[in-house]
Amino acid sequence: MDFLTPDFTPAYPEIFLLVMVCVVMLTDLIVGERRRYLAFFLAQLTLIGCAILTLTTFSSETNRTFSGMFIDDAMSDILKLMVYATVAAVLIYSRIYIAARGMFRGEFFSLALFATLGMMVMISASHFMTLYLGLELLSLSLYAMVALQRDSTVATEAAMKFFVLGALASGFLLYGMSMVYGATGSLHTSKVAEIIQSGAIDRAVLIIGLVFIVAGIGFKLYAAPFHMWAPDVYQGAPTAVTLFVGSAPNLAGFGFVMRLLIDGLGELVTDWQGMLVILAVASMVIGNLVAIAQTNIKRMLAYSTISHMGFVLFGFIAAGENGYSSSLFYVAAYVLMTLGAFGIIMMLSREGFESENISDFKGLNQRNPWLALIMMFLMLSMAGIPPMIGFYAKLAVLQAVLGVGYIWLTVVAVMLSLIGAFYYLRIVKLMYFDAPEIDKPISSGMDIKVLISINGLAVIMLGIFPQTLMGLSLYAIQQ
Amino acid sequence: MLFGFPLLSLVIWLPIIVGLIVLAIGSDRNPLLARWLSLVGSIFGFIVALPLYMRFDPSLSTMQFIENHVWFERLNVHYHLGIDGISMPLILLNCFITPLIVIAGWEVIRQRVSQYLGAFLIMSGIVNGVFASLDAVLFYTFWEASLIPMFIIIGVWGGPNRVYAAIKFFLYTLLGSLLMLIALIYLYYVSNGSFSILDYHQLPLAMTPQILIFVAFLLAFAVKVPMWPVHTWLPDAHVEAPTGGSVVLAAILLKLGGYGFLRFSLPIAPDASLYLADLMILLSLIAVVYIGLVALMQQDMKKLIAYSSVSHMGFVTLGFFLLNDLGIEGAMVQMISHGFISGAMFLCVGVLYDRLHSRQIADYGGVINKMPIFAAFFMVFAMANAGLPGTSGFVGEFMVIMGTIQVNFWYAFFAAMTLILGASYTLWMYKRVIFGAVANVNVETLEDISKREFMLLAILAFAVLWLGIYPFPLTEIMQATVGNLLEHMTYSKL
Repeated sequence: MDFLTPDFTPAYPEIFLLVMVCVVMLTDLIVGERRRYLAFFLAQLTLIGCAILTLTTFSSETNRTFSGMFIDDAMSDILKLMVYATVAAVLIYSRIYIAARGMFRGEFFSLALFATLGMMVMISASHFMTLYLGLELLSLSLYAMVALQRDSTVATEAAMKFFVLGALASGFLLYGMSMVYGATGSLHTSKVAEIIQSGAIDRAVLIIGLVFIVAGIGFKLYAAPFHMWAPDVYQGAPTAVTLFVGSAPNLAGFGFVMRLLIDGLGELVTDWQGMLVILAVASMVIGNLVAIAQTNIKRMLAYSTISHMGFVLFGFIAAGENGYSSSLFYVAAYVLMTLGAFGIIMMLSREGFESENISDFKGLNQRNPWLALIMMFLMLSMAGIPPMIGFYAKLAVLQAVLGVGYIWLTVVAVMLSLIGAFYYLRIVKLMYFDAPEIDKPISSGMDIKVLISINGLAVIMLGIFPQTLMGLSLYAIQQ
Repeated sequence: MLFGFPLLSLVIWLPIIVGLIVLAIGSDRNPLLARWLSLVGSIFGFIVALPLYMRFDPSLSTMQFIENHVWFERLNVHYHLGIDGISMPLILLNCFITPLIVIAGWEVIRQRVSQYLGAFLIMSGIVNGVFASLDAVLFYTFWEASLIPMFIIIGVWGGPNRVYAAIKFFLYTLLGSLLMLIALIYLYYVSNGSFSILDYHQLPLAMTPQILIFVAFLLAFAVKVPMWPVHTWLPDAHVEAPTGGSVVLAAILLKLGGYGFLRFSLPIAPDASLYLADLMILLSLIAVVYIGLVALMQQDMKKLIAYSSVSHMGFVTLGFFLLNDLGIEGAMVQMISHGFISGAMFLCVGVLYDRLHSRQIADYGGVINKMPIFAAFFMVFAMANAGLPGTSGFVGEFMVIMGTIQVNFWYAFFAAMTLILGASYTLWMYKRVIFGAVANVNVETLEDISKREFMLLAILAFAVLWLGIYPFPLTEIMQATVGNLLEHMTYSKL
């Protein structure tokens, strides 16, 4: 048998990243304590390099390589670019926070880059095995990152929970995939789709497999009733890691669902639609109601994430270009808001002090009006109040769902988001209406200040001019 | 367009931009700069709005000063502005009230001055946007965005129970508007992908969707007006808000609800409006009579005026759902006049509150001995609130009552009770606060109004009297539009 060299071009960014991770690890071993920042700069450089490579190989055509296991299309490129930007922002926001907690080491950056690689593979996978590989690479890196502060008992506990439940979810996924393989005899997403379409299959096995796959996806997307791990991990992990867990992997999760459910099992749309409706409604109910009772802001944001994921699932329920692109728009908007919110939480934390309680936001307007204004934008955006981007994301998703006739779903969604508005408003109330408990000025790096300003302005500017991001989402899906 | 300039955009964005500048440059160390800048900005805001009146063609019933650009293609949303005889007076009212708010808070607000003034200016622009939007998403954006500054104003500069009032205000209004959003998205699909409000007007709809749409809109607008029984947020918000906040709330924000009925409910769901008109009239009459009685029993001046607002706004919704031209025009006049009168009443209470820090009627008495000029102004506004002929309060109420008689005698009977009730609660309060011997040592220390307050009240008194004596310029503007609306409603959409 001849050995054919596969076409490496579509996978250049992944290959580059892998090489660079090794470089980061090695440099960190060589340089001393005082030159640790090198790892930080190298990581940023890597992301920029990946972005350049992705941009140069950008084309609206679909390229498959590695015997069709790897796919490079407009959606994967756009998602990857979003991932790079998100990870870069996460690293900048985390810089001072992790330095103050002894985590500013090569491990943090190499793990973050490995996770990024996992996400890229997930986004570009067109084979059940590649999908699983990417997912595991991401998950294992995240487990390690959560446990990075090994002296902290909460962090270790969170990592344990994350690992056990994550492994369970991966097991579900694998089991489901094996059933699909049993029914169709293929693991290529496109072939699976073809075979299902031909109709010559055992439907019962396929549907059981689908149930397991949806459950696995539910775990990864924080959808209720598979959300149990999210609040504990959000709360227990160091805030920098929480930010990482809560932001970029959602973009990859979107890609994952697109590849698995839509590319692979798109023919079964009527079957998984019903399952997703249950997941979406349960997520919104649990996310919004339980968030009200939280006093820990990280935990509150975890529940808020759960409810946001309900909206993301809405886009999948609506199906079609309109639905998927709305979903992507929602994920992008959500990632932007999460970045800002956790960025501010980290700015409020100081050495030896974790800003974790909602009451830490008291009187922020008097301590730092600009930061309070940005936080207000973020909270109102999450609550879905125009002209913030969160509203247009909700509008896009709701119109997609209503377009396929689910009027009751939209009514449920808006009623629950009314409840959600309450706990976001509570933060605004604390910042603006209450007097500060601590009067220390908020010190932070210049880069963080600039980034948080850009982030806050983006939330309102992309709301006032939503066409850019909306058009990009539509383009990504259409190709 | 004036000299090729997009006038409506200017009216909307000028106050917002000035507000942002005030926010950015103002600091607590230099409040005077923020004050002057806001004053100049708001007066400019009023001046640029004047051409809307002067160049308005009252004989046309279509939209004027139209601006239409694509805003975002993906959902076919347009930046579509335009005004007709219904929205133009409301925009002018808003631009007129804004400088008065700035002056009213001149010496009173000492804490975070630039944030206070910035919030008011931004809100003024946003409200103009609500009145001028002809695209549903644009409308909704402005509509919801107006909540944010008001939320902050009540919560930061309000009274002791301000947090409760602010959150109640926000969530109550949000509840109403979210269902409206669903109705708008539904219309987007029925109209094959258009968010243009004018397209919705022409859209044929079956009875069931019409009723559902009507109910969704009703919830949004009824909360805002507010109609009985969803009025309970208003007294809380009014009592806790600072004077300027109360004035804007009563004079401007309540009108958003009334405007919504005319722009959305009636023309989009005419058959449902006809079908449910009796119910709406019933709710309005309950507001007029029952809330009037509630107002009678209030111990707190601001609460009394808040309930009187609900009662007067009941007249507005009553007028709308009579579905004749006297009713609708009367209701419109009532809206404008209520904007002046309630604003002035709250300012008067603010004048007293600034001096004694109490709103309780029982804490006052014999104020006329110490503040004769103030007592005279307060008299004018109290009489206007009671609907005395010659003041603007009379015109609207009289037109609506005339319109009601054409529909049903008993409706008119109950509607006319407002003349008795309004006079009772307003004048009784006036008597207890102003007349009699000096009640206590605190009242003894009162000083009469300053030049700033005099100017403020004089401008409003002039407006109230002018509109009462010569309302023709106002009714002339809206005649064609209202006629067109009523004609539109005679064709069934079924």
